[in-house]
Amino acid sequence: MVAKFDLNDDSVVLIIGTGAGGGVLANELAQKGVKVVALEAGGRYLPEDYINDEWDSFAQLAWVDPRTTSGDWRVARDFSGLPAWIVKAVGGTTIHWAGASLRFQDHEWKTASHYGHVAGANLLDWPIDGAELAPWYEKAETKLGVTRTGDRPGLPGNNNFKVLEKGARALGYKEVHTGRMAINSIDYDERQSCQQTGFCFQGCKWGAKWSAAYTDIPRGEATGNLEVRDRCHVLKIEHDDKGRVTGALYVDKDGNQHVQKARVICVAGNSIESPRLLLNSASAMFPDGLANSSGQVGRNYMRHVTGSVYGVFEKPVRMWRGTTMAGIIQDEARHDPGRGFVGGYELETLSLGLPFMAAFLDPGGWGRGFTSALDGYENMAGMWIVGEDMAQETNRVTLSSTVKDQYGLPVPDVHFDDHPNDIAMRNHAYKLGEAVYRAAGATRTFPTPPYPSTHNLGTNRMSEKARDGVVNKHGQSHDIANLFVSDGSQFTSGAAENPTLTIVALAIRQADFIAGELSRQNL
Amino acid sequence: MKLPADKNSKEESMTNSPERRGLTRRELIARSFAAGAGLIVGAGFVAAPDAAWAYEATALKPETMATLIRMARDIYPHDRLGDEFYVLAVKGYDTAEAAPEIEAGIAALNAAAQGAGHAGYLDAGWEDDRVVILRGMERSAFFQKIRGGLVTGLYNQKAVWPLFGYEGESFSQGGYINRGFDDINWL
Repeated sequence: MVAKFDLNDDSVVLIIGTGAGGGVLANELAQKGVKVVALEAGGRYLPEDYINDEWDSFAQLAWVDPRTTSGDWRVARDFSGLPAWIVKAVGGTTIHWAGASLRFQDHEWKTASHYGHVAGANLLDWPIDGAELAPWYEKAETKLGVTRTGDRPGLPGNNNFKVLEKGARALGYKEVHTGRMAINSIDYDERQSCQQTGFCFQGCKWGAKWSAAYTDIPRGEATGNLEVRDRCHVLKIEHDDKGRVTGALYVDKDGNQHVQKARVICVAGNSIESPRLLLNSASAMFPDGLANSSGQVGRNYMRHVTGSVYGVFEKPVRMWRGTTMAGIIQDEARHDPGRGFVGGYELETLSLGLPFMAAFLDPGGWGRGFTSALDGYENMAGMWIVGEDMAQETNRVTLSSTVKDQYGLPVPDVHFDDHPNDIAMRNHAYKLGEAVYRAAGATRTFPTPPYPSTHNLGTNRMSEKARDGVVNKHGQSHDIANLFVSDGSQFTSGAAENPTLTIVALAIRQADFIAGELSRQNL
Repeated sequence: MKLPADKNSKEESMTNSPERRGLTRRELIARSFAAGAGLIVGAGFVAAPDAAWAYEATALKPETMATLIRMARDIYPHDRLGDEFYVLAVKGYDTAEAAPEIEAGIAALNAAAQGAGHAGYLDAGWEDDRVVILRGMERSAFFQKIRGGLVTGLYNQKAVWPLFGYEGESFSQGGYINRGFDDINWL
């Protein structure tokens, strides 16, 4: 029995966004008996709806509301209106993610302490560490069914992995395997095992990959404690004269505006929309936006040091067959300043179909240099770089002064300049990635520039002290006790790992905290 | 990034083939003149010399269409792709709305070719010579419009995928778990 709550029911927890953060939080709270309303800007799409076609799927799922970009990052030049490739749907970007589920390394929780002063960077230690999060990581791994954790076996390697593995072993790399993946290698938790279909980015039609869309969301709804309203876009969070948030103004699928009252509000709209909403909610009492006494809302935007390396071989690889990201080299993930940069990076298998390869291999490229590369498409192998980028105060999400969205609200501008550490890391990774493929026999390699960001992090950072960040160790805003942030925008630093597992672990932990505070009458 | 053009238009085949209208290769050639670079331009149409396909221009001048097709191939040259794929990729510009900009752009392209000593773009016989002309205008809005449109207009045609070995949709066939996801045998 799906719940239905009244707009004036101010006893509910209101969650804005239903992805890895909001979707998990909604279910976890509902399981504990907490009444939850979740507002989701996108529609509902389930495995039977997903499309094995890159552009058609993009049109179905991607968040393509207008956005602007600035800064020296190449995405601003190549994809000026599309800073991020993320999803607008119930379940959020857990529909699109590739499933890589890695814990942070211990030192990555304390970058200021471990990396020391890095000019131009705004490094800060998290107020939590790996030991504190370990039990929550274990719960997250169990929820997602992460391979190579617990007693779950790894996935089999596809052709793309075998090429990566051969090159990596030839170079002496040791930590090379098919990844810790939230994609079932065996039937698990009422989801079947991976059928090696490819198209992981387009939504898993088998449900073998974990997504909140068809796990946490329906399970939360089944408790009778969770109401998810899809196609409801939140415009503004409201507060009372005591400075407590009281509800959110949103527009529904028919264009009608409503206010949902709430006892607690959790913002989980991804690192671009979450700070945008806090900034767009500015009032006489909070002229710089909600939860922004530190001035850090929107700042420290991180998107990982990314890039890809593709190699062309003499014979076919057919990299698109099978699990997209089930392959990893972890040897470079360590912190080793001897390489000329702080932090580290992972190298993970990646493939694109022909249509996206044409769009992303060398955006703007043309002529035979470009087309001869695509002529080698069948013989290509691919890998993705994901490394730690440096938080910088000036990398930030702000409100556009010129462009408005379909509701008349300022769109977010995403400004990003690469830090010298980011550039040094990317160049190191390009060189090693190319060496891996050369060692496996590649005749030509391509250091491919970053795609629009899928890992958007840090714009409402967690901090011990209120002056340094937006939220405390529970994701609770320093300024407003009943306002929480529940997505990757909490990240104090980005680490080298794909962020979803950590977002999920933090959401499970936050659900326990909120439920406890509610029962203690502290919220 | 642009979304691909209307799905229906990309799936649509060239239904206005002269063969359907009963035109033989002999008649085709009799009604037309060679436009250079292997295309035939006639009264209102552009065709392959072997009449394998023809495109009846409605808003663009046929010479303009022929030049646009050649320009498209010079931007993304794939020797294993027939011209018909390039025709499909650019035929969306053959509308009353788009025609003025395209005519002006192709006129500028021809002017640039003349500046380089050719009678027109199609008269530059070597691809390298035509590429030099294109490089000279690659920052123009016209060039970027054509190039950007081709990224989806050409590479998102399902009919070209097999020519690159790409297999497309796989769910309906049960994925690759029993169809070679790990069949590499030369490593």
